[in-house]
Amino acid sequence: MIRIAFSIAFLAASSLAWPAGGGEDLEQAGSNVHNLASVQRGAAMFMNYCHSCHSAQYMRYQRLARDLELTDEQVSENLVFGNREMTDYMLAAMPDDSERWFGKKPPDLTLTSRSRGEDWIYSFLKGFYLTEEGWNNTVLANASMPNVLWELQGIQRPVMETWTDESGEEHTRIAELEIDQPGLLTPAEYDQSLRDLVAFMTYLGEPAVLKRESMGVWVLLFLVVFTFLAWLLYKEYWRDIKK
Amino acid sequence: MAKPASNVSRQLSNFGAWIDERIPVSSFWKAHISEYYAPKNFNFFYFFGSLAMLVLVLQILTGIFLTMHYKPSAAEAFASVEYIMRDVEWGWLIRYMHSTGASFFFIVVYLHMFRGLMYGSYKSPRELVWVLGVFIYLVLMAEAFMGYVLPWGQMSYWGAQVIISLFGAIPVVGDTLVEWIRGDFFVSDATLNRFFALHVIAVPLALLLLVVLHLAALHEVGSNNPDGIEVKKKKDEKGRPLDGIPFHPYYTIKDIFGVGVFLTLFAFVIFYAPEFGGLFLEPDNFNPADPLVTPEHIVPVWYFTPYYAILRAVPDKLAGVILMGLAIVVLFLLPWLDRSKVKSIRYKGLGSKILLAVFAITFIRLGMLGMGEGTHAQTIESRIWTFAYFAFFILMPFVTKYEKTRPEPERVTK
Repeated sequence: MIRIAFSIAFLAASSLAWPAGGGEDLEQAGSNVHNLASVQRGAAMFMNYCHSCHSAQYMRYQRLARDLELTDEQVSENLVFGNREMTDYMLAAMPDDSERWFGKKPPDLTLTSRSRGEDWIYSFLKGFYLTEEGWNNTVLANASMPNVLWELQGIQRPVMETWTDESGEEHTRIAELEIDQPGLLTPAEYDQSLRDLVAFMTYLGEPAVLKRESMGVWVLLFLVVFTFLAWLLYKEYWRDIKK
Repeated sequence: MAKPASNVSRQLSNFGAWIDERIPVSSFWKAHISEYYAPKNFNFFYFFGSLAMLVLVLQILTGIFLTMHYKPSAAEAFASVEYIMRDVEWGWLIRYMHSTGASFFFIVVYLHMFRGLMYGSYKSPRELVWVLGVFIYLVLMAEAFMGYVLPWGQMSYWGAQVIISLFGAIPVVGDTLVEWIRGDFFVSDATLNRFFALHVIAVPLALLLLVVLHLAALHEVGSNNPDGIEVKKKKDEKGRPLDGIPFHPYYTIKDIFGVGVFLTLFAFVIFYAPEFGGLFLEPDNFNPADPLVTPEHIVPVWYFTPYYAILRAVPDKLAGVILMGLAIVVLFLLPWLDRSKVKSIRYKGLGSKILLAVFAITFIRLGMLGMGEGTHAQTIESRIWTFAYFAFFILMPFVTKYEKTRPEPERVTK
């Protein structure tokens, strides 16, 4: 009886609509943090295009080198700027008065994959378009950041459409973005390089992700065997109770 | 041949006797473990008491190691947590165990409390077991709240801001009280520092003391069971309950099995879903606390959301705070609200069964609504469920007194 009541209660509650609001329409990144080559390509892209303005202040270059299986030389020659040490935290090359240039200090990117999510980063970097007023973005309207990847992606311009709301008022909105001036990469290549970048940022947000998922298998395997043995022992002890 | 061994064992038993003459180790072991007779018909819901103890121990142990690396200052706290996640050996595992442990603590405690509701474990003679348990629940909420502030992310900061400001609704002393709690005019370094002190020593001490009292009260009166009958009433010629079995080895081995199942689920979350879709670790808490930027939605962690929904259901702040407080305080009164002749839901009438089922749905639904953005429709729905929440307690005395119950069995059933 109780079991039935309990499961009915649970079913009833879970079948009701979940009240949390839905997120914006984001494209799925589909990146894979366990693909080492992809993460390495993403790291190079991060260093070339992001790191001059954005810090990753909780991460050390050295940790990056080890986890990504790069030699210290590779990292210090290709990835570390100027007079930085391998053991330094990844601070941007940009001086502190950058706030004056953009109106806002470029945010630290260490944990963006965890606070915003992979799909957000992917869609954001795909969503830049140019109008007469300058750069804008479909995911983060009026972003202070220009499209630093434009030479790869090319320049996108918005195609507008009009729509009528319930009260009969007409509005315009962006129907889609189209490439006006092609970049160095085809759209498919650009998407792939963004996936690499997102994979790297996922790693950056949680370096332990590389270890924990492979380690978890063994921990779970051990616990399942342990639980099975405990169950056998329990059955053995309880034989004389449950006649 | 056997001489050396027996010599050793004789010396050991001499040593044991020497200890026992000075401190009652073996009589304590007998009274509480090996000759503590528990009913033999415990079911699934009886795992959660021992599991709650396990989580408490895990939280204390992982907490000690976190304390070694964490820095309780507004300037350093957030970075020190990331330091633990990256630079401290196994720091990520310890941190995930602690953060996942907090949520599992509440899952276990909620199931433990639901067990009490089902089988009438709060009824005479176990009123104080229940009352002490509700105190544990209250203290646990304080512990969890202050622990959540420590990572000093956006949700830590603004959650603290919202919860502490609730005390400001109290007339006359409200503002002074809020200032006294924060130790400043806003949530700041001083607040973080004192919450750290309370979280790592003051509240855990209170928690441990209450757990000892909870168990002492339980062992004085003996455990209830799914049939809600007293096994002590039927004893054999040696004075042992006929339907009781020694806690050790029977329930120790059974609980070890329960621990295995629990740890498997626990490990799965730690290794594969430590954020648990944003429920255990909220996305916005990966942004450092910023007093100048208010997050769009400030929502507490899932285990507080049923009460948060009740708070938001009331338009007036003071009335909301009072109602939220009442929602918890009313739990203390449960032993005296239930006037049924029988303890277990198995032998209560249909009315009690419906009440309990609706209450379970209410609690879950309020929890879901508390996670929402607080739209108008959600507020209206929260009001209905808030009404249902209190209806459970208000209707209980009448339903339990007048409904037709089934006779309890003489001995425990399967």
